[in-house]
Amino acid sequence: MASLSEKVQDVFNEPGCEKNQSKGDKERKKGCTKQLTPGAAAGGCAFDGAKIALQPITDVAHLVHGPIACEGNSWDNRGAKSSGSRLYRTGFTTDINELDVVYGGEKRLFKSIKEVIAKYDPPAVFVYQTCVTALIGDDIEAVCKKATEKFGKPIIPVNAPGFVGAKNLGNKLAGEALLEHVIGTEEPEFTTPYDINIIGEYNLAGELWQVKPLLDELGIRILACISGDAKYHEVASSHRAKAAMMVCSKAMINVARKMEERYGIPFFEGSFYGIGDMSDSLRQIAKLLMQQGAPGELLARTEQVIAREEKKAWDAINQYRTRLQGKRVLLITGGVKSWSVVSALQEGGMEVVGTSVKKSTEEDKEKIKEIMGEDAHMIDDMRPRDMYAMLKEAKADIMLSGGRSQFVALKAKMPWLDINQERHHAYAGYVGMVELVKRIEQALYHPVWQQVRKPAPWETAIENGGNSTSEAAAA
Amino acid sequence: MATVVTNHKSCAVNPLKMSQPIGAALAFMGLGNCLPTLHGSQGCTSFGLVLFVRHFREMIPMQTTAMSEVTTILGGLDNIEQTIVNIWNRNQPEILGIASTGLTETKGDDVEAYIKLVRQKHPEIDGMTIIYVSTPDYVGAFQDGWAKAVVRIIQETATSCTIKQPTRVNVLPGAYLTAGDLTEIRDIIEMFGLNPVFLPDISGSLDGHIPENFTPTTLGGTSIEQLRTMGSARSTIAIGEQMRDAAMEMEKITSVPFQLFDRLTGLEANDLFLQYLSELSGKPVPMKLRRQRSQLQDAMLDAHFFTGGKKVAIGAEPDMLWSIGSFLSEMGCELVAVTTTQSPLLEKLPVEEVLIGDLEDLETRGADCDLLMTHSHGRQMSERLNMPFIRIGIPTFDRLGAAHKVMVGYRGTRDLAFELANIFFSHEHEATPESWVQNDQTSASTCASESCGSCSSQPIQNEQPVVQVAFS
Repeated sequence: MASLSEKVQDVFNEPGCEKNQSKGDKERKKGCTKQLTPGAAAGGCAFDGAKIALQPITDVAHLVHGPIACEGNSWDNRGAKSSGSRLYRTGFTTDINELDVVYGGEKRLFKSIKEVIAKYDPPAVFVYQTCVTALIGDDIEAVCKKATEKFGKPIIPVNAPGFVGAKNLGNKLAGEALLEHVIGTEEPEFTTPYDINIIGEYNLAGELWQVKPLLDELGIRILACISGDAKYHEVASSHRAKAAMMVCSKAMINVARKMEERYGIPFFEGSFYGIGDMSDSLRQIAKLLMQQGAPGELLARTEQVIAREEKKAWDAINQYRTRLQGKRVLLITGGVKSWSVVSALQEGGMEVVGTSVKKSTEEDKEKIKEIMGEDAHMIDDMRPRDMYAMLKEAKADIMLSGGRSQFVALKAKMPWLDINQERHHAYAGYVGMVELVKRIEQALYHPVWQQVRKPAPWETAIENGGNSTSEAAAA
Repeated sequence: MATVVTNHKSCAVNPLKMSQPIGAALAFMGLGNCLPTLHGSQGCTSFGLVLFVRHFREMIPMQTTAMSEVTTILGGLDNIEQTIVNIWNRNQPEILGIASTGLTETKGDDVEAYIKLVRQKHPEIDGMTIIYVSTPDYVGAFQDGWAKAVVRIIQETATSCTIKQPTRVNVLPGAYLTAGDLTEIRDIIEMFGLNPVFLPDISGSLDGHIPENFTPTTLGGTSIEQLRTMGSARSTIAIGEQMRDAAMEMEKITSVPFQLFDRLTGLEANDLFLQYLSELSGKPVPMKLRRQRSQLQDAMLDAHFFTGGKKVAIGAEPDMLWSIGSFLSEMGCELVAVTTTQSPLLEKLPVEEVLIGDLEDLETRGADCDLLMTHSHGRQMSERLNMPFIRIGIPTFDRLGAAHKVMVGYRGTRDLAFELANIFFSHEHEATPESWVQNDQTSASTCASESCGSCSSQPIQNEQPVVQVAFS
């Protein structure tokens, strides 16, 4: 079994990633995350990333081995939806105490697994390593191995303690855990020529369900979504899919590539955000399936569905176009691909005055330039203070970003829309894009802005040199 | 009265508890122009930050020393130095609050010594007060982190003053009090002509207001001048048992005597508080407050019909549990109590047993309760058990206005009494013709299944039609 540092090196050396391949040997070894600046860093840790990537598997128990901080401060805080089991929303943690730190927490972990199985009987338990237990040398892989033998259930070690790096690395290490311990361990009840995997889609706010009806209509079966609304058995038997789509940027590229290598499942990188992207993704799925032996009429049927859905969506969006024409959007995204949202906003008649590229690859940046033109305002790392200034000076009409920076916009009394993982509204597929445009229109034209921007009467009085007060006094 | 027990599980399920460092960070957020920082991996800060953002719906200033695997093993001196220098250069806060985490405590970083070394090397930061507090994640809970931070703030900033301000009082509020609570307490104290200074004061920083400018540090809170003049006060009022250490430390350093109130929710609790303020100020209790007292009495009388005999499952940190649990008991409710950490108050609670445990324990023990009171993570339990739910404490992420909820003073208690009564009022079961039908079937079938013999002569087939009539 590879050590954690070997595994980290392995995911840093990702042949499927163009950015990585363009680096020299030495540079590649440093990894793909920038060195963090103490006192000026933001963002989650590797454990956070691993949890984000795997927690959407709904029927397993997610057990966090560490002190209360890692699970107690963060559990049940993500919007991944389930069509079945709700066990994934239960918080399990070994909540280690001072004595465990001194004597080691392996026994507590083993007993915890036993308790979880006795009480909740999940098909599998995912055990997450954290910084403190990694530092004291708890060998979770050994404990999981022993527990698997003892309880006759897969107990999966997820070795991504927070201090090995940032969220993105955690996503990949989570993928490694699936590749090593889950994928290919079970068989599906049956297979069809229309079986696909969707990799890197977390079903936030139920977005997968905005896409699934169209796939259903085409007779395309999602054998496994990794990991949105997934069941353990689906992920375990996902190696029998005919083709795969990789969704969330490069978060799980290692899973897609290694599944291609090991099981011959071809994949493409696509997005469900934006009408054009959605259509392209459906086409690519059809083409890959046909390439794998599905009947050739699939593409024609797909084109029919695309034509029908595009027309419906365009008609719906056109109703908003006049009100959105020329509105300037500041786009600060984390997880979702900037360029796919950019093209979607342009479809609605809006102008993107700036977009973050903090997590984008060189290829992504090229795509943004393609869509927005050479002078695209790409923001690498914008300080909240600068975002505030930009909004306060009305250089943008609305900001779309993650929940953390919402108050930058709200305190500048400017409209804001949540497009990050905690969002409550689903924006995928054709219906999702109509929803996004509708929400932007609602946000921009909400009556609240006029009211909160209007100064109090006494403040106007001071600005006018006290005229209104003296008039009032005279009257 | 109560026996305090700890659960014997290895695995905590649905945690009620949160960790010490973020409790300390919240205390630092109640200081003016301060930047709370956790000495740990970036995730330690990120989780806390997201939690506070979702609760307060505000910008949360919080930084990290961004420890990695390597820097943890080699020791955090470099990271502490870079953090201090970077924060000074970028944000220039007056106060930098640093709390340790489980990670750096396991390694055993001597942060106090690091800070001394950094100060020697960087005279430019002389103007910045740095307060360090040790808060390992694997010990205690949120309110312990808050309490420890306040002790350290006092140790670093308070001095004895020869010149006294006759109307000044220091107020040390516990972590469970909201910005709204602090404002209410301030108003009450000011009614006696006294001038209260709160430490920490989240009512200035996290009360949800729109500031004129953007600042990367805290927006309000206790100023450094106010901290340095704590010694000039006449008295220190501590609210919540968790603040006892801080109040004693204050008395030790400044010789300002303290008075501790373990709660400010409930009629008698507020009577004692006002009596003290009256004696301290030499002024009678203002008419306005007497009126409020009378309103509370009336509210309690109106509410008692609905609250009496009800069973409430409550999961909260010790001081909040004491505050709300005691009042529930005074309103005739029976309690099922689960808490997070040790406190001398627990055994005084009006309940047979208090469990230091998690929300799974509360769900098991409180399955037959009429009401659930805990933080937002109780939502799954409330749904599963179809139990009415009042959200209390941090985090409250699925309701707005948590920062303005007031449960102290006569007014806050009055509103709480109404809220409780209304919940029971709206969940009263209306009588149906079947409400008082004797259901023989249940007892008979129980008997049959236990095969006690006494009623085995009754053929079970005959039971069936009776059942159908009873339920149709």
